[in-house]
Amino acid sequence: MREGRDMAQGFSARRVAAIALATALAGVVQVGTAEAAKDTLILAMTLEPPHMDPTAGAASAIREVTYANIYEGLTRIDAKGEVQPGLAENWTVSPDALTYTFKLRAGVKFHDGAAFDCSVVKFSYERAVAPDSTNAQKGLFEPIAATSCPDANTAVVTLKRPAANFLFSMGWGDAVMISPASAATNKTNPIGTGPFRFKNWVKGDRVVLERNDAYWGAKPALASVTIRFMSDPSAAAAAIAAGDIDAFPIFPAPETLDRFKTDPRFTVKIGTTAGKTIMSLNNTRPPFNDVRVRRALAHAIDKRAIVDGAMSGFGAPIGSHYVPTDPGYVDLVNTYPYDIAKAKVLLAEAGVKPGTPITITLPPPPYARRSGEVIAALLQQVGLAPKLVPMEWAQWLEQVFKNSDFDATIISHTEARDLDIYARDKYYFNYQSPEYKALYKQYLESRDPAQQTALLGELQRKLASDEPNVFLFALAKTGIWSAKLRGMWDNNPIPANDVTGVSWAE
Amino acid sequence: MIAWLGWRLVSFVATLLVASLVVFLVMEVLPGDPASVMLGMGARPESLAALRAQMGLDEPLLQRYVFWVARLLVGDFGRSYTYSVPVAELIGQRVLISAPLAILAIGLSTLLAIPLGVHAASRRGRAGDVAVMGVAQIGVSVPNFWLGLLLILCFAVWLPWLPAGGFAGWDKGVWPGLRSLILPAVALALPQAAILARVTRSSVLDVLRADYVRTALAKGVSPRRALWRHAVPNALIPVVTIIGLQFSFLLAGTIIIENVFSLPGLGRLIFQAIAQRDLIVVEDMVVLLAGSVILVNLLVDLVYAVIDPRLAQGEAR
Repeated sequence: MREGRDMAQGFSARRVAAIALATALAGVVQVGTAEAAKDTLILAMTLEPPHMDPTAGAASAIREVTYANIYEGLTRIDAKGEVQPGLAENWTVSPDALTYTFKLRAGVKFHDGAAFDCSVVKFSYERAVAPDSTNAQKGLFEPIAATSCPDANTAVVTLKRPAANFLFSMGWGDAVMISPASAATNKTNPIGTGPFRFKNWVKGDRVVLERNDAYWGAKPALASVTIRFMSDPSAAAAAIAAGDIDAFPIFPAPETLDRFKTDPRFTVKIGTTAGKTIMSLNNTRPPFNDVRVRRALAHAIDKRAIVDGAMSGFGAPIGSHYVPTDPGYVDLVNTYPYDIAKAKVLLAEAGVKPGTPITITLPPPPYARRSGEVIAALLQQVGLAPKLVPMEWAQWLEQVFKNSDFDATIISHTEARDLDIYARDKYYFNYQSPEYKALYKQYLESRDPAQQTALLGELQRKLASDEPNVFLFALAKTGIWSAKLRGMWDNNPIPANDVTGVSWAE
Repeated sequence: MIAWLGWRLVSFVATLLVASLVVFLVMEVLPGDPASVMLGMGARPESLAALRAQMGLDEPLLQRYVFWVARLLVGDFGRSYTYSVPVAELIGQRVLISAPLAILAIGLSTLLAIPLGVHAASRRGRAGDVAVMGVAQIGVSVPNFWLGLLLILCFAVWLPWLPAGGFAGWDKGVWPGLRSLILPAVALALPQAAILARVTRSSVLDVLRADYVRTALAKGVSPRRALWRHAVPNALIPVVTIIGLQFSFLLAGTIIIENVFSLPGLGRLIFQAIAQRDLIVVEDMVVLLAGSVILVNLLVDLVYAVIDPRLAQGEAR
């Protein structure tokens, strides 16, 4: 167009565009990454906690912010998963294993100044079992018959029946000590006895904790801890590379770890968790009600291939509902070695025809979605027709977990030492075994450590033999943090980011 | 004009009512229970029942809908199930991030696109045109979240000029806050600018063929003045329409971009709220978003009247 060409002279659009670009990029130049002061920490997590009360919600994120930092229980789980004294200095257990007498620490105060004594223990435990309790692990407290206070610094807890894991359970986030004065407002303004107090929470972005100078024990080296929430794995990797955050203890994208391993600025730690990743089967729905079919599936699934293909090689194969770091672990990984021919024979014996459809429901976590892809490919090899159905978390909870409306699903059971779920009358995978229930009862009531260990082994063997679910692998904890940080937890025996012992090296 | 405004007001209220009913029913029908999301896999049935009662979810459906709308009418947005704080407070905090982000993105895309589009039109078929349209073609095809990641890589990792994500907070001053918004705003703006530049170009080209432009040139008006005084204003109507549409699109686009940049804005809030079945937050936000889209459309109509006085007279009804 001729007009157009004429107009081009002295035409200012180019200049306008140049100015616009310059404005966009201006100021970008001013920077200056200040060296992080040595007593602050910026830690990142994938998910934001919905609130700050671990006694009224299941989200791991609540514990990953508050456990041991803000709140403490009578006992405390350490980085190795062992029970340590917490607000109880020590305890004695009666010979019948029904009475626990806790000697409480004296002079402990909550962040709001309220005193900690036996009345708080009584309040916390009674609140957890009350009819209107919204404790996500109410079952942990179910064995408690009564809590009494002979004096302010002694708490006597009596049980209805022996509970082998009681001291471990009372170290969970769900069992922390809550002051009657602040119990109602802990969701938004958490008040505990821990070495850090809650400072503020910019919803959707960060929580800031600061050192509690009135703490009863050794004061932490860090004066302040900022916990940021970054849900996008690629963006998280970029933020670490850029030095915006100091630590990402539970890093969501293991496939990107290699490039951090070779970078001397970072420590990359592959640790363990209590997460048992399994392909749950609906044990009452044909053909999964036939043990031969369940065993066939176990033979058809190459656990190593899943760990390598879906988890970048991180995670240890398991053969029962127990992880290698749990006490009394028995290695049953090779109960059903990877064997396509054997799987086909077992399926044929059970009358499962080639081309039988099997629907595998996948909740959102990446481990489930990725393992599902590998498992689908493996099951095709034995002639089954797997169909993957990705599902939102809320829908999974409703349809699979609550209503047991599923064939198979992939899920990591993150609660530590939860062999009890196979002894329940009603649980989503519908495993019913009187023998297992009897064994579990025997274990709960046994008081001899050697016998307990033996029974734990029996329980695992029974599960491996019945194979109610296909046991896949223990979920690894993949963490990245600055090479100058000391005292980070390598493993996650329970969901936590205990930073009370963290410090910066010179 | 008054009748027109009255009509718009009626349709505004009607649209909001329909939106509120639809979102309420959809959230009801959607499988998933906020209480089981909160209490997870270890929860006992009695704990779930206690929590449902605490949240008021045990009341009849109709009663909950009517109470919700009635409270909305008096400005009470209710309390978030998951966060246990007033929804108005949550939204209030997050608007302070999403609104500046949207304005920045729209401003940036408009400032880039209109001059570039006009420039391309005025040099149709020549190097400048081909260059602008070529870049625009790429811009239209690139998804904004991917662009966001590239920007993070360039300007936060390789060149440590800007933060890789997160929001510094306005309490630290305007500049630290703005710095956190630059990359996300660019990521949102560039794909939109590409679309807008193409629309501007074709719209200006149409107008340049009109008789009155030829007349203006014939009576001796300089080509530059003919373009800016006669052609561009007449070419703006479709451009403003697209900007209006893009604003609504931005509200959705921020859901993804805010996740990529870990910005605690409205997009991320609604995303989390849907996943956690924080029903009340989702319901409130959908009504608010529907309301703001309608308001923007109204604003676009008013801008038409300013750009083109003929519309104000002719279509006043």
